Amino acid sequence: MFEWLSDNRASIAAVIIVVMVVMFVASIVIGRKQAALTAKDEVFGDPERTKGGWYWAVCGVSALMLIWFYFSWGIGRAYFPQSANEMCQVAKLEEVISPVKAALPIGSRYYKSTLLVGRNVNQLKALQAQAPPSAFSSAEQKELNELISLMLQLIANSSNPANLSEKSKTQLIDVSGKLDGLSEKLLAGPKNLKPSTEALAQAKWGISNIEIPMLPTTSKGVLFDSVSAEALDLTKLFYKIRNHPPANNKIIADVKVRIEALKKATEDGKFDERATSARNDYTKSVQRIFRRLDDGTIFPATSLDGVSTAIAKLDNAKDDARGSLGIIEALFFPGQGVVKSRTQCTEQGSARWLPKPTDVVATFIGLANPDLENGGGYKGIRLLWWKWLPVSDVVGFLMPDWVADIWPGEYSRHGSDGTITPNLKDNLLKFVQGDIYLGSVPMLDGHIWDSVFRVLVALGLGILLGVPLGLFMGVSRFFKSFFDPLIELYRPVPPLAWAPLILTIFGISDDGKIFLLFMVAFAIMVISARTGASGTQLSKIRASHSLGATNGQIMRNVIFPNALPEILTGIRIAIGVCWGTLVAAEILAGTTGIGFIENVARTVSNYEIIWVTILIMGILGLIFDLIMRWVIDQTIPWRGKG
Amino acid sequence: MADLVCKDLCMTFTNPQTGSAVEALKDINLNLKKGELLAVLGPSGCGKTTLLNMLAGFLNPTSGEASLGGNLIDGPGVERGMVFQQGALFEWLPVSKNVDFGLRMKKTDPDESKKLVEKWLDIVGLQGFGDTPTYQLSGGMQQRVALARCLVNNPDVILMDEPLGALDALTREKMQSLVLELWKETGKTIMIITHSVEEALLLGERLFVMAPRPGRVHKEYNLPFAERGLTESLREIKQDKHFSEVREEILTMIWNMEEEIMGRV
Ligand SMILES: Nc1ncnc2c1ncn2[C@@H]1O[C@H](COP(=O)(O)OP(=O)(O)OP(=O)(O)O)[C@@H](O)[C@H]1O
Ligand SMILES: [Mg+2]
Repeated sequence: MFEWLSDNRASIAAVIIVVMVVMFVASIVIGRKQAALTAKDEVFGDPERTKGGWYWAVCGVSALMLIWFYFSWGIGRAYFPQSANEMCQVAKLEEVISPVKAALPIGSRYYKSTLLVGRNVNQLKALQAQAPPSAFSSAEQKELNELISLMLQLIANSSNPANLSEKSKTQLIDVSGKLDGLSEKLLAGPKNLKPSTEALAQAKWGISNIEIPMLPTTSKGVLFDSVSAEALDLTKLFYKIRNHPPANNKIIADVKVRIEALKKATEDGKFDERATSARNDYTKSVQRIFRRLDDGTIFPATSLDGVSTAIAKLDNAKDDARGSLGIIEALFFPGQGVVKSRTQCTEQGSARWLPKPTDVVATFIGLANPDLENGGGYKGIRLLWWKWLPVSDVVGFLMPDWVADIWPGEYSRHGSDGTITPNLKDNLLKFVQGDIYLGSVPMLDGHIWDSVFRVLVALGLGILLGVPLGLFMGVSRFFKSFFDPLIELYRPVPPLAWAPLILTIFGISDDGKIFLLFMVAFAIMVISARTGASGTQLSKIRASHSLGATNGQIMRNVIFPNALPEILTGIRIAIGVCWGTLVAAEILAGTTGIGFIENVARTVSNYEIIWVTILIMGILGLIFDLIMRWVIDQTIPWRGKG
Repeated sequence: MADLVCKDLCMTFTNPQTGSAVEALKDINLNLKKGELLAVLGPSGCGKTTLLNMLAGFLNPTSGEASLGGNLIDGPGVERGMVFQQGALFEWLPVSKNVDFGLRMKKTDPDESKKLVEKWLDIVGLQGFGDTPTYQLSGGMQQRVALARCLVNNPDVILMDEPLGALDALTREKMQSLVLELWKETGKTIMIITHSVEEALLLGERLFVMAPRPGRVHKEYNLPFAERGLTESLREIKQDKHFSEVREEILTMIWNMEEEIMGRV
């Protein structure tokens, strides 16, 4: 199916775009008409004005989809897959010549030589100013001064164009000439260059290969590809050129001798430890700078003019040869275009982290596929499916082993013939440990269910324990004062701050996450139930007293229903907070769950899966909230009407 | 004999922050015989609600004692029914469940309580509203539910704190007739607090006018209008010359009390 989708990508994109544009325009037209109808009897600020208006929702969604489609290069990939391949070839050339550019004020601000001169001179001057007087005698200080002056002279000689050796001159002219040759080749155009069969057989962009295919598939691409191959040799050639002016030879020999003498003086002089180390440090600094100067990488500024011009020319030729590709790139490939790095041509900018809508759908379908053998699910677990759950597992989980221990009698012993006859107590132990087969029930399974299950269990426990405590805190001075400090001390701590502690104690199993979520849900439920209980009108309580209700009856029949709206709102908030905390907890530790998927996808920078998990979480959160809203509407129609 | 008796009832509120004390009631003496209808009138803040709350058992007097039929009052009880100004209905229950609340708390047989509820809904004029949620009722209807809820429990005394205060004039008049009717039919002892002099005169077989600071009974009346209201139309009674005289007298009395308070402040 994906093959078919990708082969018909252009027409599918056309349908999507047309539908979106029509929806966008139509919704605006409808919206304006509706606005004209109702404008007269609506006053600004009246909340009624916000009711209805599905057409603006359609308008917003279609605009969002169009923007998404455009900025993720969905349009570009559907209609100009060849252009992307060509952009990749251009990127190859750019990658190859970028080291040359870096030495010139084209790829950076200064000539590389200018930077070297500046840095070396500054460091030499600094050394000259601070020879430690305690370590060097005054005669030696003078000697050092001379040494540094000689090194400054080396820099001066290298920077003088008159000193440039003939060999270096011819080498530089050679490189410029060859660069010009490349420019001409580009300007001459692709003529009858043909892509290789190997290139045409490459995996297409977006089916099996997420990145853009590397080998050129168009004649223009072949041209850029071949030019970039030649330019690679040129770059190597350029970087082999050295500037060793003959005038420097004598000075270099002299400096070497002086540095050796200095080292020997330190060895023979029997200086104390501190002086020795100071002298050694200083000598090493001088030697380090000298080695750099000896390298011959400083050129006179004017000597590189030729290469500079040639590179500028090459850039122009490149732009000319790109032709219409430049316009297409600007229109349909927003962002930083295509960049080649080592073995891949990658999309840069929004297209990199914003996956194409179609890819997101395809990734989701892949994840949701329950067929684990054929690449479905994630890390060997399905996204959402069902399984047979042995009832004994549930019994073993719910019933503690001591239930069997407190049963009267003894566990059986092995008899003298070496056999064991289990008695009732043994069987009971097996039962509570879940060792007896009790049949199976169908149960949901998968990453999504694991996450939802954790939230539901934690929320259930939170409600079961939190609501009664909250109600009692709302009516009893003892309960309020006794539990208030406990809850108020742990509640303000952000749940995620507890996570490392709890996950360290419980490990990566479900218990830790459920306990963490329980803490969150419990505090919220206690506070909402308490607020609800303490908000009961005094007259209602007095009325029920006069009607003969006991304290317990008042609790159940008056205070609880009175607190119900607050409790349900609390549940709604708790679900939201638990959901948020859960994903973070799963990211910290876990082997299943939505947050786990996202975390694994993060470590391999799989943007599609990250987006899919984000969307799943958003949709599940929304579903929870819609369910709660429905429940609230159904159960407490009296809310706010007492 | 289930007489409602107060002996030297005093109530002083102390503000826990400032320590200042308010003498809400001082030396209240009262003897309400079974079947009597007492209306209590007085300027705002003279302690009417406080007195009622003590009789209902919601407040303990600072000194003195109150008893019903010889039993000391020291807490709320089913024999003293309450009707509040705002109904204090349970909005999460429909009308019938509100009315049979007291019966359910006593675990009365459901069939029996169903009959009782229907009977009382009939009497207060709410037949067929059993399943309506209370928040969908008008103020007057809610007050009828509150009356039925109180009466279904068959209390000896009915205590009402401005039960008709929030109703419009017409509904109010109908409810006044209803109260008189119920009084006649059930023969219950009723104590009703009101802000309206007319209402006090119409309903009160006996009438206390209270004075503030400290709250005390200023003047006591025995009036014939409640008896007459059982047979005559209330509007006619209001035209009565004697009625107007007493009304003017009480109005002047309360007016003077209010003046006095203003003067003192
Ligand atoms: N819980 C309380 N704490 C302190 N003072 C109180 C309290 N309840 C009532 N009071 C004071 O007792 C006095 C009597 O109050 P009460 O509510 O009985 O007046 P009332 O006659 O019912 O007035 P109204 O007609 O406005 O309802 C008032 O001065 C009031 O400030
Ligand atoms: Mg009052």
